[in-house]
Order: sequence, then C-alpha cells, then structure tokens
Amino acid sequence: MAAALAPTWPMLANQTRAEFLKLWRVPAFSATSLALPIVFYTFIGIGQSSQHIQGSHITFGTYFLASMSVYAVANVMIFSFGISVATERGMKMDVLMRATPLPPLVYLLSRCITAIVFAALTLVVLFPFATVAGGVRLDASEWLTLSYRVLLGSIPFIALGFAIGYLSGPNSAVAVVNLIYLPTAFASGLFFPRQLLPEIIQTISPYLPLYRYGQLAWDAVGAPTSDSVATDWLYLAAYAAAFFAIALWAFRREESRKFS
Amino acid sequence: MPAAELIDATKKYGEIEALIGVTIRIELGEVVAMLGPNGAGKTTSISLLLGLRKPTSGQALLFGLNPNDLHARSRVGVMLQESGVPAMLKVEEIVDLFRSYYPKPMPRERAIAMAGLEDKAGALVKELSGGQRQRLYFALAVCGDPEVLFLDEPTVGMDVEGRRAFIDRIAEFATLGRTIVLTTHYLEEADQLAKRVIVIDRGEVIADATPDEIKSKVAGKRVRFLATGLTDKDLDGLPVSATSIEGRTVQLLTNQPELVLRELFRRGLEISDLEVSGADLEDAFVALTTHKST
Repeated sequence: MAAALAPTWPMLANQTRAEFLKLWRVPAFSATSLALPIVFYTFIGIGQSSQHIQGSHITFGTYFLASMSVYAVANVMIFSFGISVATERGMKMDVLMRATPLPPLVYLLSRCITAIVFAALTLVVLFPFATVAGGVRLDASEWLTLSYRVLLGSIPFIALGFAIGYLSGPNSAVAVVNLIYLPTAFASGLFFPRQLLPEIIQTISPYLPLYRYGQLAWDAVGAPTSDSVATDWLYLAAYAAAFFAIALWAFRREESRKFS
Repeated sequence: MPAAELIDATKKYGEIEALIGVTIRIELGEVVAMLGPNGAGKTTSISLLLGLRKPTSGQALLFGLNPNDLHARSRVGVMLQESGVPAMLKVEEIVDLFRSYYPKPMPRERAIAMAGLEDKAGALVKELSGGQRQRLYFALAVCGDPEVLFLDEPTVGMDVEGRRAFIDRIAEFATLGRTIVLTTHYLEEADQLAKRVIVIDRGEVIADATPDEIKSKVAGKRVRFLATGLTDKDLDGLPVSATSIEGRTVQLLTNQPELVLRELFRRGLEISDLEVSGADLEDAFVALTTHKST
C-alpha cells in the first residue's frame, strides 16, 4: 500500500502553528510573558539604570537587562510546557492525540519550537526596550552571546516544565509554577542583586538553577560573577539531567496508569 | 485481512476484569454496533483496538498490525468520549491540523459540512455548545477520510433532535463503504445504523448477530402495563424471560402472553393501560442482559 503515512514536514509545520496560536491566544500567558519583564524593567531597572554595578564598569540597567532576559525566557519555558501539559492531561486531549497518527516526536518538537520562538519574542521586545529606556549599550557580540546563552541555558527549565506538567493537576499547575518560580527568581538575585538578600538565602542561591542561569547572562554583558562560565554550564547540565529524569519518571508513571 | 480484531483479549484493571477472553473480528466495510450497559467493556474493547490500552492477555490488531503502528492509525479516525480539544483554536484550524496527520485527507470544507458546522467554521472551539463540540469531534474523526471510523458513544449528551441528525451523518459516512465501529447504549442507534450488533455484558460477548437475529433470539411479545406498588415478588412464577419495573410501568417479555395475562388477572393485581406488542431490539437487549437473580 502506497503513501501510507502523512508527510512529516507539513505535519510539523501545522502542529507548530497550532501550538503557537494556542499560546498566543491566551493573554494570561502571551501578554504576561511579553509584558511582565518590561514592567519589571520599568519599575526596578530604569530608575537606577545609569548607576554602576559595584566593582565593574557596567550599569545597573545593563545588569538588570541580563536578569530580565533570564526571567523572561525561563518563565516561557516553565509555563508553556508545564501548564499546557497539565491542561491537556486534564481534558484528556492526550488520549485523543494518542489515537491519531501524529508521531509523538513531531508533537514534542512542535512544542519545543513554539517555546523557543516565544522565548525569542520576549527578547525581541525586551532588548530594544532596555536600549531605549535603560540606555543599555552592548556591542553585537555581547548581544549575541547573551541571546544564545539565555536560549541554550533554558533547557533545564523545559524539563522542569514537563515534570510539573505531569506531576500536577490542570488546576494546580499555575499555582505550583508560581510557587516554585517566583521565590527562586528572587533568591537567585534576578530582581535584586544577591548581596541585598538575607544571608541565609545568599548561602542557598549558588545551588539554584536560576542563579546559574543568571550567572551566564550576567557574564555575557560583562558583570562580575562568582564562578567560571564552565562551572555554570556544568551546574545547568546537571539540573537538566535531573529534571529530565524526574519528567521521564512522571511521564512513565502516567503511561502505566492511563495507557497500559 | 480483517480491519480490526480482538483475539481472546482479556483486560484487567487491577482486580477488575473489564474484558474476559473476547474475540471479535470486524471486516472492511462492516458497520458494527457494540451494545451493552455502562461498564460492560465497550470502551475497553475500543481502547484495545486503538492501542490506547494494552490487553492483559490475548491480542488486539488493526489491519493486522499493532494498533500503535502509525501505518495502522493513519487508516483510522476516532471519536472518543469526553476528549477535549484546545479551546483557543478555530474550528477550521483544528480540522486542518488533524487533516495534516493523515496521508489522504478529505477537503476541509467537506469534513466541516459532514459535521454540519459550516456556520461555525471560523468560531473558536470555546464558543461551541456541547452538541456542536460533539460534531466537531466527528469532523476530526472523518477529516482524514479514514477507512475505519471508531465512535465511542458518539451521541452521548445530545438531545433527541441532535441525535437523529447525528445518526444521519454517520449513516452518510457509512454509505461511502467505510467500516464503522460504534459503541452505544442507545438501541435505536444500533438498529438504525448497524448491520451487525455485538452485545457485550460484564466483559463478555453475549451475542453477535444482525439486529433482526438478536430480536428473534428473545421472546416474541412484550406485555406492558401500569400498576402501583408492584414488586418482583408479585410476578414470581410467571413464564417470562425478562422483567422490568420502572416506577409504575411494568414490562414483561414472554413467548406465552396469554398465559401471563391469565395469571396476572388470577392473582387479582390492579393493572391498567395493558398493552401487548412485538418485542423490539430494546426488549431483546433487556432480555439478553438481564441477569437471573437466583
């Protein structure tokens, strides 16, 4: 029998388009993902944007741009994967999708592409805003380094999103994400430099994935960091491995309950 | 090669046996209704055939392949019970999306028309009513122009009008020579659509025949009357094959209606609105699935 399967590329293109529209049309996700980093930048970053960071030549405006890039991209990864997985499980859409000839890998890939496009969009909005409103000046190679580090460094958060999506219910996913994400973002020094945080938090923060992620971004714009870039990547790789292991475990648990 | 096949399939959920050694063979072009009360094992049978569940023992095959094989799934359209679709996509968008999963889909307009959703093509899924949503699931099931269509309780939650229109849509698809496997507990649906009815009860196939054969298997006459405060005990010893008491309405199936009536009057029971008629598929179904309490 000829032409037994649908061609993969149009399938991937259609699925990616649908995944994107699904997120785009939920303002609670799309508007907050795009606008919140800018709102934070306005409230926290602009007022002191020309002040210099202790022991360096860069301004707080530049430092805070790196912080918000990390905040924005990790936010997109955790929310888009966590909440969409939890929601689809909740309405049993996963069951219907399993009965279609859509290859699971195409499904997964379409979501990754969508999340990366969304993450890139947040940067496309944030970068010009920081340049105009915060007087940030970086050369081309610094913009590039910041962008690729922030995108590549988000992989552990994709895994974390999946893990949350499979472990929490459709109604609790948002709460779980907020409960994990906001406090660790503060504790990692994304909103205020770590030196201003309580001492006990300061001792914990080097072990937080968002802190390591932030270090990569701060280093990219020339801010001083506590460890080498290689160390930060190593930490993030370890977190990625750990979160993927949890996500895989949660996924298999679901499989054995629902589809065996 | 059969389109879909269960071979001595048993399915256990923990201690509960949902299917017990079921063998069903569905040929291409057949329109089959799986009939049975809730929890009889209909949905489990479909789930095994679609690879959504794995048999505890035995085999499930689609076109002779493992149901999880994408080559098999590409020839199958599915409508499941209460399976959601993204609320923020438009009807035409999601139909196009599902069309892209299949090698030879039908035109989008045709799929939407088959489901009677022409005037809702541009609407978001979240704006659809329950019945419209159900029709959207039908559009998604047929849009790939599948050789086999699985419909699990397709008309559940619809009003009488909606159900009738929906049955016509399914029948229209059947006229294309496609295989249809539907589960239902509405007997008239099975009678209208299917040439073959498989009755499943408590995880076992208890009948597999044409609707007419199934009707003839059971008692020929139905005795129906109204009575107040009647209990099973009052009907003890009557020559009936099935009894049902719902409120004041009492229905009996029997081959000897005269004898039943004589006995009812002899016992001096207060009855009204007496009616004797030929049994239909519904009666047959009741007779088949009524469990002798002793």
